[in-house]
Amino acid sequence: MQHTISVIVENDFGVLSRVATLFSGRGFNIESLSVAPTNEEGLSRMTIVTRGDAQILEQINKQLNKLIDVLKVLDFSDGSGIERELALIKVSAEDDARAEILRVVDIFRAKIIDVTPKSYTIEATGNPLKIDAILELLRPLGLKEVVRTGSVAIGRGAKGWNG
Amino acid sequence: MKMNGARIMLECLKKEGVDTVFGYPGGTVINLYDELFSFKDIHHILPRHEQAGTHAADGYARATGRVGVAIATSGPGATNTVTGIATAYMDSIPMVIITGQVPTALIGNDAFQEVDIIGITRPCTKHSFLIRDVKDIALTMKKAFYIARSGRPGPVLVDFPKDVQMAQGEFHYPETVDIRGYKPNLSGHPRQVEKAVAMILSSQRPVMYVGGGAVLGDAAEPLTLLARKLSLPVTTTLMGLGSFPESDELSLGMLGMHGAYCANMAMTNSDLIIAVGARFDDRVTGKLSTFAPHAKIIHIDVDPTSIKKNVRVDLPIVGDVKDVLTKMIMQADKSTENLTEFTAALAPWHSDIAGWKEKHPLGYKQSSTVIKPQFVIQKLRELSDDDAIISTDVGQHQMWTAQFFKFNKPRTLLTSGGLGTMGYGLPAAMGAQAAFPNRQVITICGDGGVQMNIQEMATLVQNKLPVKIVILNNNFLGMVRQWQELFFDKRYSSTCMELPIDYIKLADAYGAKGFLATKPGDVESVITQGFKEKGPVIMEFKIAREEKVLPMVPAGASLNEMVLNA
Repeated sequence: MQHTISVIVENDFGVLSRVATLFSGRGFNIESLSVAPTNEEGLSRMTIVTRGDAQILEQINKQLNKLIDVLKVLDFSDGSGIERELALIKVSAEDDARAEILRVVDIFRAKIIDVTPKSYTIEATGNPLKIDAILELLRPLGLKEVVRTGSVAIGRGAKGWNG
Repeated sequence: MKMNGARIMLECLKKEGVDTVFGYPGGTVINLYDELFSFKDIHHILPRHEQAGTHAADGYARATGRVGVAIATSGPGATNTVTGIATAYMDSIPMVIITGQVPTALIGNDAFQEVDIIGITRPCTKHSFLIRDVKDIALTMKKAFYIARSGRPGPVLVDFPKDVQMAQGEFHYPETVDIRGYKPNLSGHPRQVEKAVAMILSSQRPVMYVGGGAVLGDAAEPLTLLARKLSLPVTTTLMGLGSFPESDELSLGMLGMHGAYCANMAMTNSDLIIAVGARFDDRVTGKLSTFAPHAKIIHIDVDPTSIKKNVRVDLPIVGDVKDVLTKMIMQADKSTENLTEFTAALAPWHSDIAGWKEKHPLGYKQSSTVIKPQFVIQKLRELSDDDAIISTDVGQHQMWTAQFFKFNKPRTLLTSGGLGTMGYGLPAAMGAQAAFPNRQVITICGDGGVQMNIQEMATLVQNKLPVKIVILNNNFLGMVRQWQELFFDKRYSSTCMELPIDYIKLADAYGAKGFLATKPGDVESVITQGFKEKGPVIMEFKIAREEKVLPMVPAGASLNEMVLNA
């Protein structure tokens, strides 16, 4: 089963490799990972999408918590979080395909951010399933290049991660 | 007062109460050593190899309970410490390793003797630091020592570039330290403690299964009290030996692959296992699917990641084992249940255990012509001091020591349990002897492992550390040979040490004394003579070459499927 975990970490030298070593050294899988500083000084937030049963997830959670640089681990697998991903998509766009692509972009509320006579570059955001869906529709029209950020996630409701 | 970074480092060590360090100089720690030259509060011991220095710091830490400190230069000095660090990490030993590093401006340039030691040791340290500024030394060291010794202890590496050692700064040592991402939970939850005691009092076949955490957490006293109060049988892992006196009737000895028959049978037939600072290692559980099939499990550990890692747990208690066991004693005292009735009801269980003890006690066939290794171990126990500290290498002699020495006090056995490091015994004994110059320190080795750090004979003689080195010599890498005998049709591939070494001459070459026993009648006199010597000694015993460690649970078999005679 797929799980999305947010990890609040010290914005320190080597933190990313500690987390990565933890996953690789124990045979845990990382499907996507994104990291950036937060609004709190000195802290960064990682969003990790991983796979495993409940027992593996519990181990991942505990092992992450054990790292000295990790302040908090949030597991959004129970639907308590909102997930978004951004993708930049380059598609070939000639003749009839140009109109079809624009329709797809419109349906998914995506944006054209670069255009040439032979191509469009599209910016799409949404939960990862939505990104998968737009890619499926664009694939037969000529996908040339796809860049995905990986998920970022935030808890639902009024509270921040630390209250 | 301004001072250089090297001096600040030494002042930090002094503030942490460090009296002895094990280190090896080199280009990127030469400034540190220059300060050490006139720094009188710290005794420096120069091993002959950085690996040995790290093991010595580890032995010092295990014997004392304090943080061991090792120093090495950058590059090869640092990489030589890796086995020592991994050994300490697997057994949760508090250590701080200070490595020199090339000047900060050169880091990443493939400079002479540069290596990314933080990267190399990341999977085998509890944490690590690179000090980039002289202003950061004091806080970093405060954190390093705090992390090394608190919670589940472990080695912390501090990488210390040469230019930071040379830079001038002020020394202010912080009184306290607060690390927002590191708050080990030491206090066992009262509700869980209550439940644990209730579970024990409603059990019929309880066993305490005790690991290294009880030694590291200095919990021998409450453990013994609780076991005796509730009449609970106690088995320990290799790392747990000494936490509960083996002379006690409740003791089942060691469990696991080479554990006592009664211990493994008790685990298999138990209805309640109380795990204390143990981690259900594969050498202990045997085949997981058939491990303790009838038992509920209470697991007490300071490290939440140990709990439910390998086996299902019915009641987890996260906390310092000493704290939890003490609370359990108090809870048992105020329990409304009748404790006498409870212990009386355990009689059938105790009688089952007594039956297993009698059916297959640990034993061996004595011989009148060749020396049996088990006999040497028994004689060593008989002739050594009560508080003697024993270290071992890894292999057959280690298991014979665990089975036959009978440990009664915590911190008297120093052995590499998790990593299983050959070459550990001699330098670890050196570290323990440095901490306790007046106690008897004995290292029991095989002829394989002893050669892996034999150069430390020089350190022993130079520093007047009177370690007694016992070599059980069968001219084999005995444990691997045993596996080859049992599972590989006696194809002894590369396990025969074909060149016999004259260990008596070797001792002489280092300026130590050597004694040799070749027949059973020599054993007692060699040990007596060896123990009488004021300095370091080698006592070599030519033992039965193909003696096996038994019983044995073959890898992957169930715990109750022991090979008793092969």
